[in-house]
Amino acid sequence: MVEQLDELYREVILDHFKNPTHSGELPDAQVHASGANPLCGDELTFHIRLQGDRLAQIRFRGKGCAISQAAASMLAAALEGKTLREAGRVVEAMKALMRSEEPGDSVDLGDLEALAGVRKFPVRVKCAALSWNVVEQGLEAHAHGAH
Amino acid sequence: MTLNVERIRRDFPILARTVHGKPLVYLDNAATSQKPRQVIDALAAYYSRFNANIHRGIHALAEEATAAYEAVRERTARFIGAPSSRSIVFTRNATEAINLFANGWGRARLGPGDQILLSEMEHHSNLVPWQLLAQATGASLAFIPITDDGRLQLDRLDALLTPRTKLLAVTHMSNVLGTINPIAQLVERAHRQGALVLVDAAQSAPHLALDVQRLGCDALAFSSHKMLGPTGVGVLYAREDLLEAMEPFLGGGEMISDVQLTSATWNEIPWKFEAGTPNIADVIAFGEALGYLERVGMAQVHAHEQALTAHALTRLRELDGITLYGPDGNGAERGGLVSFNLEGLHPHDVGTVLDAEGVAIRAGHHCAKPLMRRLGVAATARASFYLYNTREEVDRLIDALHAAQAFFGRPAHVRPSR
Repeated sequence: MVEQLDELYREVILDHFKNPTHSGELPDAQVHASGANPLCGDELTFHIRLQGDRLAQIRFRGKGCAISQAAASMLAAALEGKTLREAGRVVEAMKALMRSEEPGDSVDLGDLEALAGVRKFPVRVKCAALSWNVVEQGLEAHAHGAH
Repeated sequence: MTLNVERIRRDFPILARTVHGKPLVYLDNAATSQKPRQVIDALAAYYSRFNANIHRGIHALAEEATAAYEAVRERTARFIGAPSSRSIVFTRNATEAINLFANGWGRARLGPGDQILLSEMEHHSNLVPWQLLAQATGASLAFIPITDDGRLQLDRLDALLTPRTKLLAVTHMSNVLGTINPIAQLVERAHRQGALVLVDAAQSAPHLALDVQRLGCDALAFSSHKMLGPTGVGVLYAREDLLEAMEPFLGGGEMISDVQLTSATWNEIPWKFEAGTPNIADVIAFGEALGYLERVGMAQVHAHEQALTAHALTRLRELDGITLYGPDGNGAERGGLVSFNLEGLHPHDVGTVLDAEGVAIRAGHHCAKPLMRRLGVAATARASFYLYNTREEVDRLIDALHAAQAFFGRPAHVRPSR
C-alpha cells in the first residue's frame, strides 16, 4: 500500500479503529454528548463520569469512518483520569495540531498524535475533529447546567 | 457493433494521466464526465477566432458567434427529439433548469390544495426546488415510494395521482440506484389525471437515446457536463405552449422585447428565459459534445455501459460483506452505475484507499439524503461508467476493493460475536 495511505491511516489509528478501547455506555454518567457529521454520517456519543473535577471514566459509541471512530477511541484514552482543566488543554492542543500549530510541550497527547497525518487530507479533518468537538460541547453544557 | 473503446480513449487527454503513480481509472462519471479533445478544442477555437456577444452586434464576429450558439440549440433539439428549437432553453445546469420551470410555471399556477408528486429517489435538485415552490404557494408535496430493491412502487401510483396533482416531477435514472424509470408509462398515467410531467434527465441524457416526444413528457432537464460537455451549461426542454405561458425566471438584458421605466414586455421564447449574456463558449463546445455522442451512437453507448455494469455486478458479488443497492439483475431497468457498501467500512475510507490505487469513485450521500434514509445508510460508494471505461478498469476496481478490505481487516464491531 502506498506511503500516502500509511500517513493517514497510521498503524495506531487502524488499531483503535479495529479494536476500540473505551467503547460502551455509562447510563449513570453526568455527561452524555452526541454529535454527527451530517454530510458523511459519522456519529459519536460520549458518556463521561465525573469525580470532582476529574474525568473518571469515559465510554463512547459511534459509527462512521475509521478516522472518526479511531479518534474517539484515542481521545477517550487520552482524557480518562484527567482534570477538566487538563482535558481542556488536550482539546485545545488537538485543535492547534489540526491547524498545523505546535501543541504546548507540557500536553501529553498519547496516541492522538498519530492524527497529525490527517492534516494532509483536508476533507478528513472534520472526521477527526468530531470527537473533541462533541466532548468539548458536552463538558461546556454540563458546566453551564451545574452553575 | 461494439464500441472501439481504445480509439475513443485516445480522444480524452485526461485518461492518459496517472494518480498517485497509477494509471487513472475514472469511475465517477455520474458526478461529471471527462471531456474529449474536440470539446476542449472548441473552447479554444471560440475564444481564438470568433469571441463576441451574441444577438446584438452588427459585426462579423457577433454574427458568427450568434450562428454557432443558435446552431447548438438546433442540435440539442434534434438530440432529444424536440419538435422545435424554440422549446430549448439554455441554463447553467440541470438544477437551474428545474428551478426555472418550478418558478416560471408553478408560482402563478399553484395554490393551497394543489399537489406536486415526486418520488423517494430524487436528487436534491429535483426535490428542494419543489419544496421552495410548495412553501411559496401553499401547495403540498407527495412521494411515490420505492421498493427495497430501488424501483418505484407503480401500484401506488393510482392512489397518489389525484385531480389535485398538478405536476409529476421524477428522475429518468437514479444517480444512486441506477434505476431507469418507465417514463412513458408514468407520463400516460399522469396525463390521464391532468398532471404535467417534468423529467430530471441529468443521468439519462448522457447515456440513453432520448426522445421527448416518445416519452411524452412536458418538460425535461439535463446538464452538459455529465455528457462530455463543459460545466456551466444546462438545458430545459419544455413544450412551446408552456414556455409561452410561463413567466420569466430572471430579468435583464436579452429577455425583453421593450422596456419602459416602470415596465417591460418579454422577448419571444426561448430567449425570454435567457436573461443576460449567456455562457456562449461553453454552449458552443457543448455542441461538439453532442456531435461526439451522435457519431458514437447513443444505443452503442448504452449497450457498452450495460455490459460493463453486468460485469461489475458479477464481480462485486465476489466480495465478502458487500451490499448492493438498486434493482437486482442486469436488466434494461438499470443504467451504468453501481452503489454499494462493504460491511464495517465507511465509503469514505473505501474511497481513500481506491484513490491511492488510482481508482476514482464517489463516496457519500450523492445529494439524495432522503433516499439514503430510505435505504437505512448514511452513505454509499458508487462506481459509474461511461463510453470510455473498460472491463479491465472494472477489474481494477475489484482489485482495489479487495485491497481496501485487506488494509482495514474486519473491524471488531462487525465480527460475529462469540
